[in-house]
Amino acid sequence: MACNDNQRLLHAYLDGELDLVRSIEFEDHLKSCLDCSRDFANQQALRKSLQAANLYQRAPESLKIKIRAQLPRAMPAKPIATGRRTAIEWLAVAAAIIVAIVLGAKVIPSVGGREQTNLLAEQIVANHIRSLQPGHLFDVESTDQHTVKPWFDGRLDFAPPVSDLADKGFPLVGGRLDYLDHRDVAALVYGRQKHFINVFIWPSESKTTKVPEVQTVRGYNLVFWQQDGMIFCAASDLNAAELERFAQLLQH
Amino acid sequence: MADESGSSGNAGSFEQVVLPHLDAAYNLARWLVRNSHDAEDIVQEAYLRAFKFFGGYQGGNARVWLLKIVRNTSYSFLQTNRPADLGVEFDETLHTPTTSQPDAEASLLQAADSRTVHEALERLPVRFREIVILREFEGMSYKEIAATTEVPIGTVMSGLARARTQLKKDLLRAKEREEHRGV
Repeated sequence: MACNDNQRLLHAYLDGELDLVRSIEFEDHLKSCLDCSRDFANQQALRKSLQAANLYQRAPESLKIKIRAQLPRAMPAKPIATGRRTAIEWLAVAAAIIVAIVLGAKVIPSVGGREQTNLLAEQIVANHIRSLQPGHLFDVESTDQHTVKPWFDGRLDFAPPVSDLADKGFPLVGGRLDYLDHRDVAALVYGRQKHFINVFIWPSESKTTKVPEVQTVRGYNLVFWQQDGMIFCAASDLNAAELERFAQLLQH
Repeated sequence: MADESGSSGNAGSFEQVVLPHLDAAYNLARWLVRNSHDAEDIVQEAYLRAFKFFGGYQGGNARVWLLKIVRNTSYSFLQTNRPADLGVEFDETLHTPTTSQPDAEASLLQAADSRTVHEALERLPVRFREIVILREFEGMSYKEIAATTEVPIGTVMSGLARARTQLKKDLLRAKEREEHRGV
């Protein structure tokens, strides 16, 4: 046991917290005090065994994914939240009802029509945000299109085109059923570094092809296009340029 | 010297400033609540809180800022679920080991295996355990530890001295038991 007066100094010295003058004083003391020099050796040994035990607890990969997924929920609200998730669900329902009322009978899921697109865009952003809440991202997890595409069979009245773009830096993460514009739609989830991209796909009434068009809603970027009788919308917090590139890759 | 790794000014997004300290957050929570499942929940909740409070973050040491939130979340959890874990007393039933050769202690300590060290750390009262974790695993300065645990630097210093003395006793005692069994 170190002599009492020097007990704290010993630890401060060990931790490199003493200034130069006090370090030198303490080193002098160590030379003349057997108790302290023995305790100092013990403390160095203890530190070595603490380091060698390799007990640093790193965050599991799954936790990293969960936390990244919950981040873009920029709306201030109560932390952790069972109550809150329901509130958002109700909001989504309310949004859908409002959209339904506003659009009334003239439901045209066309890419054109500024106002309708804006309402649709709002709805897509709401769905995108909701999907990022813990446990809502996908119904079927995937690493390639062969598990995701068949999963949609029997769940939708159309077959969404599914392709994995992992080799282009946009790995397919999974797929999900979602609801947009009064109908079930396919949602494909792609990853891009720390970002997620939701691609919503549903059948179009017209066969025309429309080139990608970018919109920004509440800080999220959306890219709409139409191809092969389907409407596509990619939504993400990814920057617009990258999202457009992604849309182009998906078109080919 | 206190503000190195953790500091990034107030420039930067939540992702750039706070997310890189996820391992530190988990490590601290894991050692405070002593199980991985609760630690994950706590870190998730702490990140939500951090996200909510990020507007009030004035720059400075982001690791300290985040770990304070993780620590408060962990303590609330313990308060609610395991108040007994918040006790500050050392286990005084541990008798002082009787090493016949005081000069052999250092080599005995250094020979302690990982599991024994782990258990000894978990037996420390939480307020001492956290100081050791922040110092030895997180490499924090006394100033950073004091800021994270919201106590004066002097308390950090004396806390470290007491905690290490206790760890030493505990490890030597484990060695003693091993020898008894071995003989």
